[in-house]
Amino acid sequence: MARVKIDNYAVADAPRLGVRGWLRWIWRQVTSMRIALILLLLLALAAIPGSVLPQWPQQPGETKAFIDNNAVIGPVLDKLGFLDVFGSAWFTAIYVLLFASLIGCIIPRALAHYKAMRAPVPAVPSSLARYEPSGREETDVDAATAIERARKELRPRAGWLGALTGYRIRIDERAVKDGAVKTNDGKERRELAMTADMGHIRELGNLIFHISLVFVLIAVGAGTLLTYRGQAIIVEGRTFTNAAVAYDTFSNGSGFDPADLQPFTVKLDGLDAVFEDNGRPKEFTAHVTLQEPGEDAVQKDVQVNRPLQVDGAKMYLQGNGYAPVFTYTDGDGNVAFEGPVVFLPQDQVYTSTGVVKVPDVTSGEQIGLKGTLLPTEVTKPGGSVSIHPDPGNPVIYFTAYTGDLGLDDGVPQNAYQLDESELSPVRGDDGQPFVFGITLGDTVTLPDGLGTISFDALPRFAAMDLRADPSLPWLLAASISMLVGLAISLFATRRRMWLVAPMDTTTTVVEAAALAPSHDGGVEAALDRALAATSGRVPDADEEDE
Amino acid sequence: MNNLQQLSAMALWGACVLYAIAMVAYAIRLSRVAELKGAAAAANKTAEPEAAVSVGSAPAQASAASATVSANAGTGKTGASTPGAGASAGSRDQKAAKALGIARAATLVGAVLHAVGVTARGIEAEHVPWSTMYEYTISGSLVAVVVFLIVQRKRDITYMGAGVTGLATIALGLGLTVLYQDATGLQPALQSFWLVIHVSIATIATGIFGVGFIATALQLMRDYRDSEPRQVTNRFLKAFHDPGVRVIKGKTFRFLEAVPSPKKLEALAFRLNAVGFVLWTFTVMAGAIWAEHAWGRYWGWDPKEIWSFVIWVIYAAYLHARTTQGWAGRRSAWVSIVGFAAIIMNFTVVNLVFQGLHSYAKA
Ligand code: HEM
Repeated sequence: MARVKIDNYAVADAPRLGVRGWLRWIWRQVTSMRIALILLLLLALAAIPGSVLPQWPQQPGETKAFIDNNAVIGPVLDKLGFLDVFGSAWFTAIYVLLFASLIGCIIPRALAHYKAMRAPVPAVPSSLARYEPSGREETDVDAATAIERARKELRPRAGWLGALTGYRIRIDERAVKDGAVKTNDGKERRELAMTADMGHIRELGNLIFHISLVFVLIAVGAGTLLTYRGQAIIVEGRTFTNAAVAYDTFSNGSGFDPADLQPFTVKLDGLDAVFEDNGRPKEFTAHVTLQEPGEDAVQKDVQVNRPLQVDGAKMYLQGNGYAPVFTYTDGDGNVAFEGPVVFLPQDQVYTSTGVVKVPDVTSGEQIGLKGTLLPTEVTKPGGSVSIHPDPGNPVIYFTAYTGDLGLDDGVPQNAYQLDESELSPVRGDDGQPFVFGITLGDTVTLPDGLGTISFDALPRFAAMDLRADPSLPWLLAASISMLVGLAISLFATRRRMWLVAPMDTTTTVVEAAALAPSHDGGVEAALDRALAATSGRVPDADEEDE
Repeated sequence: MNNLQQLSAMALWGACVLYAIAMVAYAIRLSRVAELKGAAAAANKTAEPEAAVSVGSAPAQASAASATVSANAGTGKTGASTPGAGASAGSRDQKAAKALGIARAATLVGAVLHAVGVTARGIEAEHVPWSTMYEYTISGSLVAVVVFLIVQRKRDITYMGAGVTGLATIALGLGLTVLYQDATGLQPALQSFWLVIHVSIATIATGIFGVGFIATALQLMRDYRDSEPRQVTNRFLKAFHDPGVRVIKGKTFRFLEAVPSPKKLEALAFRLNAVGFVLWTFTVMAGAIWAEHAWGRYWGWDPKEIWSFVIWVIYAAYLHARTTQGWAGRRSAWVSIVGFAAIIMNFTVVNLVFQGLHSYAKA
């Protein structure tokens, strides 16, 4: 049977472990550094398809089109979860394993660190020969003075904070361990040995970092349960009442009951949209009046980066556009439709499309109108276009239809599209579909006695996005503690220095060495400073390298 | 074309040319120092036959020699005073010192022009100069050069000069020719305090990772060059697994002899990457806060967010690899190279090809 390597251990005869042995073996594998590393690399790799392929949660339309256009590979990728990477079983498996590994790693390390923090500073090893960097210093003071000078130089500080951030010192008087153990006259030689140790805070920072990561994940998970959001469109002058049904779309995590929504109202008093001369958007501001139950109405400004805070939630200004107001008078002279219709912007200059549906005509068939709004129309050789998003010269081009709008079928309909299956276009005198332009304030009479339509006003609308996520403060706290822990863990110094001074000699030769990770560029200078202090020499310049 | 725009473009072109000159001078200096060291080693050989070492296969001695030689070359003193090598080494030494002087001056003046160009662009555009790919490129490369100059003050990293100025030359050249865009106002989504925080820290992190990348690249090249040649059957695979494969032959890339040992380079790269990683962590957090404000969700897995996450995870893996048995050294260095490749991907392909909310970076 092949030997199975687990980090430093080699386990022979793995199959004879038995069930519990196997479980323990698996747990050790999962919590080993190498597996953590591999899981991290896998996590990075697994995330990449999410940026290459269209994803259901982000782009449902494109994803559907992708599947339709790739008859063979599309459905396969969909089945395998590549079109919803971050909800897929394999992505979840990787991060769940990673976090299992992380927790399995933190607990023993926290315990070990706790013990290490309470344990005394270890004594100086018997031989310093194999440590780098090292040094020696001759001084004419005795060993006790030399060591005391070095101790002072390293400035150990009292208290637990001092122990955490500075050097912890231990000084032993002991029999000489290295070199000539006896003096010429046969007496045992003695020496003073000092250990200066720092770096607990590095490990502590590392633990804080890893523990905070777990809390980040917990906060994100809690957020998914407790969050809710909804999108609503409010036309200038109109009022929106907060309730799940009032939103165009509303979704919530399973931990939130939509009935708990507070019925506040938001009135859109006006929407300022500022564009540059070239049509680039510059600034959007929605002026609203907020009325919470039992409170005074307050006026607020909502901007793209400045949401409205209400009922523990935030309402964002997500988009804007035009909602032209029409009056349709049917062939019998009755007003069959009156009010604003939301037109959705299609491009940078707010060329917008929308439909007017008139189901309630007095007699005859229902009327549907498909329109394109050009806020600043100019006529060019190829046809009419809009050259600026501001309403400089607003014109709407309509195509009219008669027939069945399909509103009574009970099938939910898209408010921005006309279901043309039961409709036929209204034709002009020439037999061609009747297309007409209408300017602001104009009234147009439709052919065949189908009545008149007038374009009365051009208010703007604000697309608002309400969102609540009670986990956010917790997430922020966990993230900040993660960042702080990380900085400590990467920038704090971990090093151990030893100084040994033989006693009862005329000139004291202090031997010193240090142990530090290779990236600790300051260790040599620190060792030199300690050594220089023993003789009162000026330490070498604080040159870090080479 | 207004004055500021002209000033900015001219200053940046000037910086680009100066960096190119600096790069050449740094490269000459590097090869001269390597030659000097070869001469010094040869001189040692004749003086003490027992201690003779061939430079390529004895990294410890070679780097010890490098330390003395480069220290002397820096101050302009004669490096190898051993008889026999003295005369030719002396002239090489002078050339090295001269090249170094030119390189330093060109880099410094280049950096000043570079800063002027970036500042003028910022004033012209009336916002911080890092909101389009062009601006991000000129700012990020400025950070890389400045980081190099700052580190250079504390420790001698002249050997990285060619790499850093080369990177800056390419960045500026590409920026001015391919990526250039006229300054425009900011879109509403970009008008935020968090833009300044998020993107400036991202730019700085990128610059630092860039310098760390150069150190890692040198580390790997030197490492491969130093290692003993060995019989390999599958060179492609084993290049990553077997520390014995010599991909870079001992005779080629002579300049690498003037570069510190792989261990020292790895320590330097680690410190840079550690700073970069902390800043990147902050970048991702600030980006999430900004997204929460602007789009009402702190994380939506849009392509830019995915790649920021991927970069973060790769560098986390690098930090782990350094302390994992069998991964320390060469393999962890490769992980950080992959991390930097991901940064470049994030900045190029992701910006230009993948769609997402962040795609205004194009316009
Ligand atoms: C969620 C995944 C994880 C992330 C993002 C992560 C991130 C990090 C980072 C950034 C460091 C660098 C700090 C430093 O070098 O001092 C680090 C260090 C470390 N991590 Fe993790 N880690 C993760 C999971 C784990 C797991 C599962 C283990 C245990 C097997 C682990 C054990 C360690 C250890 C021992 C160090 C200290 C290395 C050293 O400084 O000597 N980590 N981790």
